[in-house]
Amino acid sequence: MAASAALRCSMGLTFRVSRLIPDCTTCPWRQLKHYDSPRASFPKTTPFMSFQTTNRHMQTSIGEVNVVYVDRSGQRIPVKAKVGDNVLYLAHKHGIELEGACEASLACSTCHVYVSAAHLGKLPEPDEREDDMLDMAPMLQENSRLGCQIILTRELEGIELTLPKVTRNFYVDGHVPKPH
Amino acid sequence: MIGQKLLFSGLRTSASRWINRLNEGETFLTHVSFKKVTGIRIQFKIDSKYVLGNFYCINGRGQASFSSCSPKVCIVGSGPAGFYTAHHVIKARQDAEVDIYERLPVPFGLVRFGVAPDHPEVKNVINTFTQTAKHSRCNFYGNINVGKDVSVEELQQAYHAVVLSYGAEDNRKMGIPGEDLAGVYSAKDFVGWYNGLPSCQKLNPDLSCDTAVILGQGNVALDVARILLSPINILKKTDITQPALEALEKSQVRRVLIVGRRGPIQIACTIKELREMAKLPGTRPEMLAADFDGITEALKNVPRPRKRLTELLLKTALEVPNEEEQERRSKASRVWAFQFFRSPVEVLAIKYTGVKSNLKQLEFFHVSASVLTGELEDVPCGLIISSIGYKSTLIDPSVPFDSHKAIVPNINGRVQQVAGLYCSGWLKTGPTGVIATTMNNSFDTAKSLLDDMASGTVDLSASKAGFHSITGLLEKRGVKPVLFSDWEKIDSVETSKGEAIGKPREKILTVQEMLQVVHK
Repeated sequence: MAASAALRCSMGLTFRVSRLIPDCTTCPWRQLKHYDSPRASFPKTTPFMSFQTTNRHMQTSIGEVNVVYVDRSGQRIPVKAKVGDNVLYLAHKHGIELEGACEASLACSTCHVYVSAAHLGKLPEPDEREDDMLDMAPMLQENSRLGCQIILTRELEGIELTLPKVTRNFYVDGHVPKPH
Repeated sequence: MIGQKLLFSGLRTSASRWINRLNEGETFLTHVSFKKVTGIRIQFKIDSKYVLGNFYCINGRGQASFSSCSPKVCIVGSGPAGFYTAHHVIKARQDAEVDIYERLPVPFGLVRFGVAPDHPEVKNVINTFTQTAKHSRCNFYGNINVGKDVSVEELQQAYHAVVLSYGAEDNRKMGIPGEDLAGVYSAKDFVGWYNGLPSCQKLNPDLSCDTAVILGQGNVALDVARILLSPINILKKTDITQPALEALEKSQVRRVLIVGRRGPIQIACTIKELREMAKLPGTRPEMLAADFDGITEALKNVPRPRKRLTELLLKTALEVPNEEEQERRSKASRVWAFQFFRSPVEVLAIKYTGVKSNLKQLEFFHVSASVLTGELEDVPCGLIISSIGYKSTLIDPSVPFDSHKAIVPNINGRVQQVAGLYCSGWLKTGPTGVIATTMNNSFDTAKSLLDDMASGTVDLSASKAGFHSITGLLEKRGVKPVLFSDWEKIDSVETSKGEAIGKPREKILTVQEMLQVVHK
């Protein structure tokens, strides 16, 4: 509780400062805002990030997000992520078997995941192209999304992303693939 | 800012110091062997697997204590199914070695020869496949025709397990009189023609007619329709072959009918492809309102993908377009349409004297969901492309094959009655589904294979020589395998040829020419 209170407090400070000097191009606050952007490109390691890790206060103000992947065998894999991380590339970083055949260009559905109910509504609505791809995803559910379109925000703290089981279980359940 | 800079430089120095310390701390042997293995990997990987294998033993890296004891897996076919199966096996077992055999000198199967040229983003998957192919425990051997140059039985003797993933290279026949007339093409050949498949380069389809009829309403049918109707400026920027581009530039086709036996609610294409048709510049849809009677009511209880697809179809076919769309449609010079409840009966050739090409005539009778009306309809057209499905073939008589379903009979990818033989991709399930489907089905086969290795069903106690024993056979038979590094030569020639004319790639169109590049 104390930790989260401290986090909220420091976040508030970050916002206030960034509002105060929105056009300051030299100081790091501006760059912090960049990581707040929900559609920011997935972060690569930048010099600035190594800077973050040296300052605990700033790290909490940027916001770590705890994410849990549930892999195809049902194993829960908790990972620490940052605001602005892309769920597909975050999975790759941690060796989780989420494919991204089209490299996040919305031309396949290989990064299909199920999003925990509590967090589904906090995601921006899928756009038409994502919905089109989801329609091709095997084992589509109400809570299906494409991993490559989920960019982590603070609100997504604790999000659980479940990888659909491969077809095997589907077939065992009595599904028979229909001919063309 | 100054503080920040200082901090960075401090970090860098300390990091390099840390790395130095690490190096100093390691034994000399480990340090050297690490470097050596890296070097050898680059230099010898392709020429001799055994050099690498022996180094594994000496350095004690990986699980393999002897190179010959590691599970050796052979995969036949280098399309998505082959690569995804290889990927999963390599990832899941640190000691497994996978060899991928391919008939052509070039890899990637339908990603190269099937995916439409105007879908470059779908081809991004080639990057993942390239990573797999370049993995130290994976080899690509192109230009080897399994079933002809080497038999499946020979492969089974050389490897612990063989996975067949050579896909579906044939097409289903309509089974109607006249389907072999000139001017009637299979979509498989037509797609192969514009995508540079060597065996389809002599097709030279006659595009001098006004109306083309495509039979079938799947994604391949829509790909063909889109290629026939796309403005040439769009196609020019894709990796479509130059001969196809030139032929399409002169094409007289202005109207494409996409005809299916079933109704709008059973349409086989996916929504992305339909949306592309609806938005295709320079074209407008022209559909029969009567075909959509009662569809809206029928939509209530269908699953989401089917519902969204049908709603888009209804919108495209029936809805009064907004001003912008109306203007777009009024300017369109080309027309496309879905036609439903029509089953082809016969293709008729009629010779018109004085007209250069033979015009064909296609007859249909109306079929509705419940009532066979028996009514016949003539559709004059000059080009017919039958897109009613691909079909797998048997490449080796020793492999069980269900010729009715045109698949290898299997349970979760295990070929029935043959231990150590597996199948994945379209050969396993039949020719349906998008890349995600093939990926799952290949992972599924890989899992079966890995389970069998773990349980002992696949006997790993006997050592297998893998490609080492096949290479002798190939030499005797005068077959020269093409390696992945050879493909990279072809790749760089193709991309630089393409670059010169503003295309991502200009494909080499004959096997002979591909081999010339390799052996240069």
